[in-house]
Amino acid sequence: MMAGTLVSTMINGDATEFVCQTGETLLEVLRNRLGLTGSKEGCGTGDCGACSVTLDGRLVCSCLVLGVEAQGREVGTVEGLADGDSLHPLQSNFIKHAALQCGICTPGFLIASKALLDRNSNPTDEEIRFALAGNLCRCTGYDKIVRAVRATATELRKK
Amino acid sequence: MKYQTPSTSKEAAVLIQGERGQAFVLAGGTDLMVRMKGRFVEPDLLVDIKQIPAMQSIKKLATGFRIGAAVSAAEMGENTSLKKTWPGVVESANLIGSDQIQNRCTIAGNLCNASPAADAVPALIAAGAKVNVVGPQRRRTVAVEKVITGPGTTSLRKGEVVEAITLPKRPPKSGDAYLRFTPRSEMDIAVVGAGVSLTLDSNLVIKSARVALGAVAPTPLLVPAAAQAIVGTKLNKAALNLLAQACCAACNPIDDKRGTIEFRTEVAGVLAQRAAKMAYQRARGK
Repeated sequence: MMAGTLVSTMINGDATEFVCQTGETLLEVLRNRLGLTGSKEGCGTGDCGACSVTLDGRLVCSCLVLGVEAQGREVGTVEGLADGDSLHPLQSNFIKHAALQCGICTPGFLIASKALLDRNSNPTDEEIRFALAGNLCRCTGYDKIVRAVRATATELRKK
Repeated sequence: MKYQTPSTSKEAAVLIQGERGQAFVLAGGTDLMVRMKGRFVEPDLLVDIKQIPAMQSIKKLATGFRIGAAVSAAEMGENTSLKKTWPGVVESANLIGSDQIQNRCTIAGNLCNASPAADAVPALIAAGAKVNVVGPQRRRTVAVEKVITGPGTTSLRKGEVVEAITLPKRPPKSGDAYLRFTPRSEMDIAVVGAGVSLTLDSNLVIKSARVALGAVAPTPLLVPAAAQAIVGTKLNKAALNLLAQACCAACNPIDDKRGTIEFRTEVAGVLAQRAAKMAYQRARGK
């Protein structure tokens, strides 16, 4: 076993330490070392967005971030969206609007949608589509996803 | 593979020069990580520059703007002062990839990756941007158009690291614009890109201009003949025609699945005209 690098980070608000090889991506660390398998590998080249997470609050493709780069930084994954047993409004609305079929792209869409709503509480459909342009879905045709995000924005503004 | 996070530019340069194997600078990683995964490169050392304070920020100086090499394209878009002064440069950077990519990618990386189709590069060339390069022994400043020497190759020597890209002080009545042609509106690579920057005199006559093209030659091009075609004019039809002619004449593109030689050559002229009109309107304050 090769020695690795010790990395201290915050993941979904919890202080987390892991050891990884320098060549490992953050996505590999999340899935293979930390058991956080919500983030998916689609393309592995930053085109599909299935691996989307936030790094210090900014949306990134975790397949294009090294695990060692997470040192001292905050990572947000789909596992951190729900509050215990109660789903995040985005998650509820994705189910309600059938904004998924196979589900592989869904964690990435949820994280990207949350990043959008965190900075824009009332996005137009066009803004939603541009914000989600880095996430590919081959099942839904995107319309249901846009509706789910729009419904969530309306719901969150009422709160 | 070794991974280092130096805290000064010089330290980064020394680390890279001292590496016997392949050493790469890691900024946003949006190109480098893809090349690593495809095994097009197999680095022995990665030097992550994101912890170097001199590379982390956008500064407005008396001499113009200084954009650190580790500043993401998203951060450029969030800087209202930069966006107001150099809208074309910021728009070109913000065209690169999705939000996920925007939050990581850098214009210094876009330059050093040296793609002929790099979106930020024609806008930077048109803007007259300079590159601050730090080597193990000395610093130097080089014009952006002197950096890319061919697809994937640059004039930077081993151990030389880009610390920042600077944009000159902007005279009043100046404007810039960058436009590209892509089949899709998002997430695509330029088939042709055109950047124009110009300054007007008090009679709204173009006093100085720079025109640059992307994706129509092995490197992004500065096209002085195109700038000459519009200097001394108010961008009338005759000047616009000469501008397009000069741009088409400068093209030396390839045929590929995105566009033919004929298409790229013609579109270069059209896009340059549109970018010039946009830059002119901006210079007029409209």
